[in-house]
Order: sequence, then C-alpha cells, then structure tokens
Amino acid sequence: MTRFSAWSVIKNGLTGQKGWDRQWRDPEPKPHYDIVIVGGGLHGLATAYYLAANHGLKDIAILEKGWLGGGNAGRNTTIVRSNYARPGNREFYEHSLTLWENLSHELNYNVMFSQRSHISLLHSPGAVDAAARNYNIMRRTGTPDAEIWDLETLKRAVPHLNYSKTARFPIVGAAVQKRAGTARHDAVAWGYARAADARGVDILQQCEVQGIVREGGSVSALQTSRGTIRAGKVAFAVAGSTSRLWTMAGLGKLPIESHLLQAFVSEPLKPLLDQVVVFGIGGAHFYISQSDKGGMVFGGDLDWYKSYSQRGNLPIVQDCAEAAMSILPCLGRVKLLRHWSGLVDMSMDGTHFICKTPLDNLYLNAGWNYGGFKATPASGWYFADLIANDRPHERIRSFDLKRFERGLQIDERGAGPDPKLHG
Amino acid sequence: MIRINCPFCGPRDHSEFTYGGDGSIVYPELEAPREAWHDAVFLRENICGVQLETWQHVHGCRIWLTIERDTLTHEIHSVRPAHPGIAAALHSKEGAGT
Repeated sequence: MTRFSAWSVIKNGLTGQKGWDRQWRDPEPKPHYDIVIVGGGLHGLATAYYLAANHGLKDIAILEKGWLGGGNAGRNTTIVRSNYARPGNREFYEHSLTLWENLSHELNYNVMFSQRSHISLLHSPGAVDAAARNYNIMRRTGTPDAEIWDLETLKRAVPHLNYSKTARFPIVGAAVQKRAGTARHDAVAWGYARAADARGVDILQQCEVQGIVREGGSVSALQTSRGTIRAGKVAFAVAGSTSRLWTMAGLGKLPIESHLLQAFVSEPLKPLLDQVVVFGIGGAHFYISQSDKGGMVFGGDLDWYKSYSQRGNLPIVQDCAEAAMSILPCLGRVKLLRHWSGLVDMSMDGTHFICKTPLDNLYLNAGWNYGGFKATPASGWYFADLIANDRPHERIRSFDLKRFERGLQIDERGAGPDPKLHG
Repeated sequence: MIRINCPFCGPRDHSEFTYGGDGSIVYPELEAPREAWHDAVFLRENICGVQLETWQHVHGCRIWLTIERDTLTHEIHSVRPAHPGIAAALHSKEGAGT
C-alpha cells in the first residue's frame, strides 16, 4: 500500500495523477482461510482490519455478495454520536466516538469525520428535564461534551430554524453533543478495505454465501457463488440479512426482524446547516445535516412494516417532508435528488448483538437497528477481539442473544419487545 | 403504497392501517414454562417471503386483520379478520348471499 501524504498528492498533481495504484487487490478465493467474515459492509471490513491490526492475524477473507459499500454502508445518514445513557451502550458508543476521532490517521485515509455538533431539539420543560438527566449521565461517565442549550444559545448557533411561538411544537431548547458529527460513508468503507487489504486480508466481492456446511457443532465450510471455502472460524456481519444466514446455518429463530429505513438527499445548496439537527416529538422523527457536497441529507422513521424489499414507501417520504418543513421552512423549494432504503436488523430491545453462537466457531455481529454507522469502529474492534480470543470482552458481555432470557434487555427507548418501535 | 382489501371497507391504501407484527405467533398458556413465553415474545422467524402478519384498519373500521404478505415483493395473498368468530360470521354471510 502506498501511503498517502501531502507530498504524494502534490507529486501526482504535477504528473497528471498517473502515479496512483489500485487501492486493494481483487484476489481469487483460496480453498481455506483461518477466519472468514461474511459481509463486506462497514462492520465486516472494520472487523477484518482490527483482526489484522490489533491481533496480528493474517489468514482472513471477507465475502461480499455485491460490491464494497453497496449495502447499508451506502444507505445511511452518516451521523456519528455517543449520546446514550443505558449502561452497556454508554461505554460502547463513547469508545466508538474516540476511535472515530483518530480514524483518518489510523487508516491513512481521509474519512472526512466532521465534529460539527449533534443538536436534539426540545419542545417542553419535561423534555428538557429528561434530556438533562441523560446528558448528566453522559457527563458523569466520560462524555464531557454533553450540553443543554437554552433557546438564546440555540438561536445564535442555528438562526434559521422555525422558532415561531405558534408552531405546533415550539422549540424551547436543545440537547447538544459537540463532539458528534458526520463522516463520509464511502471513505469509511474504502479506508478500512484498503488498510485491511494492506495487512493481507482477501476481500472477495461478488461472492455470495449460498450454503453453510456444518460438522456437528461447528461450521466447516461455506458454499459460495465462487466455490466452496473452508474456514477455521466464521463470522456473520450482515445486518439486515442476519436471519437468512441464521436459517441457512440451521439455527432457528432470532430476536430480530428486518425492516426498511429510508434516507434522502436534496440537490446541493450553498452552506446552510453547520450541525446535525434532530427533531423528534409525538409522531415526528427527523434528522438532517448537510453533506460536504452541499446536499441536505435527512431521514426519519422506519417504513412501519417488515420488509426485505430495499424499496422505501411513499408515506414516509411525506412524513419526512412535513417534518423538514416544520423545523426548516426555508427548504420548501428545494428539490429532492435521491432517496434510498436500507435493510436493517431491528432487534427486540433496540440494541445490537456481538456474541458467540450455539455453534463453536461461529460468531455473530447483528441487530444494529438505527445505530450501525456510528458504531462501525467499536463494532469491528470488539468483534475482532471476540473472534481472536474466543471470549467476549467485558464491555460487550451484555450484547449477547441470551439477555432476553435473563430479563436484561438494553432498551434505550423503553419501547418493549416490538422491533419497529426502537427508532 | 400497499393496497389492502379490507373485508368491510374494500381496497384501501396501507397508510390507513397500522402494522401489528408477526401473525404466526401462538402465545402459550399463562402457566407455561418461562422458556415458552421467552420464545413467543422475543424470537422471530423473520421470513423473507410469504408470512402471516396482523394489521389494524385504524383509520377505517378498526378491525384487526390477518394477512398473508410477501415481505420481499409486498404482494398480498390473503386477507381475513383476525378474530375467528368475525371471520366465520363473514364467511357464512358470503355463503348465504350466493
């Protein structure tokens, strides 16, 4: 791997950009790998990178049925934050945020992580009190950048929100995490892929798992569209399609349903919004930021019914447009450029799984709900640790499949065992 | 938009309905072992294909329905009232009319 530097950029700029190499190889599958990761999304790529970087492991393959960054890696709203209050989530997402802060240097690839603040609008004194409680928990547990803003502070920072006193939900303040922000989703996929490849990881694209060969209590091989691949250890990182692989492995049911989450981007605008702004009250749920190209990137709720179609429905388009108009009326004449829909694992308590499975050499990374993008570095970090050491790190011990049997759900929203409600 | 053929109101947009969830779940007896309740409450088959599910016509006649729908194509294969008594009554009425 050629390291990127200011010098290499200047040199190639002066020589017609002809000095760049392929950023990662396109190898033929080998018949056997020590570790096979199914899913070349952000979490699979990050897992392979940390297996190589943190644990010194070499013989690793990633199987991706499509192309890198073509699934949920390219279907999110790129928001990174760690404003969680429940034990378990609290430390996990904070660790993820600290990894984000150094990720561009770590990968020698600019992931354009922009810590531009995450502003959750508040609409009643009760909401301010509830947010103050959660954000105080954050301040007391290692997240010093949690703040509650009054209306005047918010108006100075974001002057063009709808501050009308006669709005259906007048804004009274905001809960703000200042180290939160956005990153460039493709760059995250490419950065991890390039860094993992440089450490010897084989990234096998257009390689779909079609069958799972079991020998007693373990997985011996994967039948793929590019031939049979035997594996010492197998790791699933295919959130959205976890149940399909789980069924293929003959493992029965999971506390997961697959739902659709839509997102949108507008035509590019001049700089308009310098932060991530979230509007959520009553039936509304809406989050918006502006990309480096100028497009307004936003999203809202799930499609409300289970689906594998990866096509969003129209009522949610309308909901999001209404929410946009209620907090940023200046967007009224802006044209929508694209909208897309990601297939997400919604779990029974809104929290993810990084755990061992009923099979000895199979490991599971799944159930990311709305939170997969921001979790990428920590997810890869701890999943790699689990695979390498064959035991869960203390910090991920609560993210197992058995937590429901013990009555220890991590239900950040308090919504109960209904996957579609964990937005 | 999915169109759902409500047995009382006729074909309507899905935005008139709310989604219940997996309609194949059979809840165990109250005295059943804890594991049986765990499985019913928390575990799902999460089918990619035709599955049974419940919907309520909340902005119409408010009836709960059991629907067979394909989760990949959104094609609906059958719609019937979730309550077996209502389904039976509706069925006998249809029979009487023909």
